Amino acid sequence: MSYQPSELRLQREAARRRASRRSTLIAVVSTIVIGTILTVVVTGAPGFKAVKQSFFNWHYASSSFPHVLSGLWLNLRVLIVAGFIVLIFGLLIALARTSHSPVLYPVRLLATIYTDIFRGLPLLLVLLLVGFGLPGLGISWIPGSAVILGTISLILTYSAYVGEVIRAGIEAVNPAQRMASRALGLTQSQAQRYVILPQALRKVTPALLNDLISLQKDSGLISVLGAIDAIRAAQIDTSQSFNFTPYLVAGALFVSLTIPLTRFTDWLTNKQDRARVQQGQW
Amino acid sequence: MKKTISASLVAAALVGSLTLGFGANASNAATSGASLPTLTKGFLTIGTDNPAYTPWFDSNKPANGKGFESAVAYAVAKQLGFPASKVKWVVAPFNTVIQPGKKAFDFDINEVSITPERAKAVDFSTGYYDVAQALVTTSKSKIAKAKSIADLAKAKLGASVGSTSYATINDVIKPKVKASVFDTNDLATAALKNGQIDGLVLDLPTAFYVAGAELSNGLIIGQFAPKAGSDQFGLVLTKGSTLTKSVSAAVDALRANGTLKALASKWLASVGGAPVLK
Repeated sequence: MSYQPSELRLQREAARRRASRRSTLIAVVSTIVIGTILTVVVTGAPGFKAVKQSFFNWHYASSSFPHVLSGLWLNLRVLIVAGFIVLIFGLLIALARTSHSPVLYPVRLLATIYTDIFRGLPLLLVLLLVGFGLPGLGISWIPGSAVILGTISLILTYSAYVGEVIRAGIEAVNPAQRMASRALGLTQSQAQRYVILPQALRKVTPALLNDLISLQKDSGLISVLGAIDAIRAAQIDTSQSFNFTPYLVAGALFVSLTIPLTRFTDWLTNKQDRARVQQGQW
Repeated sequence: MKKTISASLVAAALVGSLTLGFGANASNAATSGASLPTLTKGFLTIGTDNPAYTPWFDSNKPANGKGFESAVAYAVAKQLGFPASKVKWVVAPFNTVIQPGKKAFDFDINEVSITPERAKAVDFSTGYYDVAQALVTTSKSKIAKAKSIADLAKAKLGASVGSTSYATINDVIKPKVKASVFDTNDLATAALKNGQIDGLVLDLPTAFYVAGAELSNGLIIGQFAPKAGSDQFGLVLTKGSTLTKSVSAAVDALRANGTLKALASKWLASVGGAPVLK
């Protein structure tokens, strides 16, 4: 005999459908009303024509696009190299800071001082110090390239952030896990490698991707050292034409890079949550 | 001789406007400033960036009347009927100068080159200075002995953003290495000192200042003929400003009576010294 939903259940489902239709309708009406008000206010503003001319100009958008795009390629290369190294350094710093061995005390101290300094220093200052200070020393093997020095500055600053994020992840793993691993006969480093770190990194993946997105945007700051990234390319075009549209082109390109990353983060977090619900960890 | 005359002219103008005040000056000015539709009635508001660079300004104090652009600004003000006491200075970074809509100054003076494309976004007065671009380097640089544009093909050059200097690199010099672009001339000069760039393109008066005062071993390789016609600095006004005509007329009058030339020779290094690179 097939399943027959009860009368009560059918009523409940019908009520739910009605409520959902009603919310959709309200959402549509409210969006249309607010959209209309915004459009009227913005396009009706006395300076709208001038703003449209300066910020949304198709001619300048298309003429600056290739310049901005080639600048963005620099941002991407810097992001990939810096992102990779930052993850490794961040992990090392986090391991150093969460170590307990008395032998490692100097390492722990150094890692703490490093994190304190580079999390506190504004990135722009680090860029200027590394970008103009290091080559100023006149040591022959120090590179003069703005891109390399800029990437080094980004790595210095972001390793400190990422180190703290990973440390938070490691400390969020219940200490009982470590004790249990040791009881099962794993060595200290095996416990770290196979039990603690996998859990720690899973916990902080969204936060790490957040830092990665932030790094992607901050990669543009290396332009103070002379490199031409997407924003600088837009700035050059803007200064020639006195039209701000190239900045919007750069903004659109950055957003088009960030949105997939953000969606990926969401997807990853959801997947983890589902997995944990299934495993009964919640 | 010329220098002394212009110096005393400016000094007299400044002292006169400062000590004798409004009445004495307004009587011999071409028009009365109070009748002009300025931002603040009876005052002339002039914008420039902070820091304001030598030799265009002096000691980063636009209101001291020293430096070429400060002197020109006060001369234009006087021509419009505003004594020095009725001139207000505001800080106007580059982006606020080019933004659409009303601006916070009556006119801006900050080495802005006039181009037809820019004139679509802002109003320009007629030009108050004909400017050439020049290449500065240091004696230890690999282009220290360059004699022609062809010698610069492999050089890593730099310029500051917002200047026509970057366009000069790309359109006139066309080096094979991509040029570096800096926020300010100061950062570009630091990069040149460090040897991160081989040479720096600047407007000629700034080039003389950088080579002579900021670099211990600075050299000017030469100057470049402007790409099309001449490159001129103009005062920037809000697009469609009612003042543009009067300000242009004032600049024209100062050019016609030799004031602009006298101020340039007083405040800017003699620019004849640099060979034109071909």
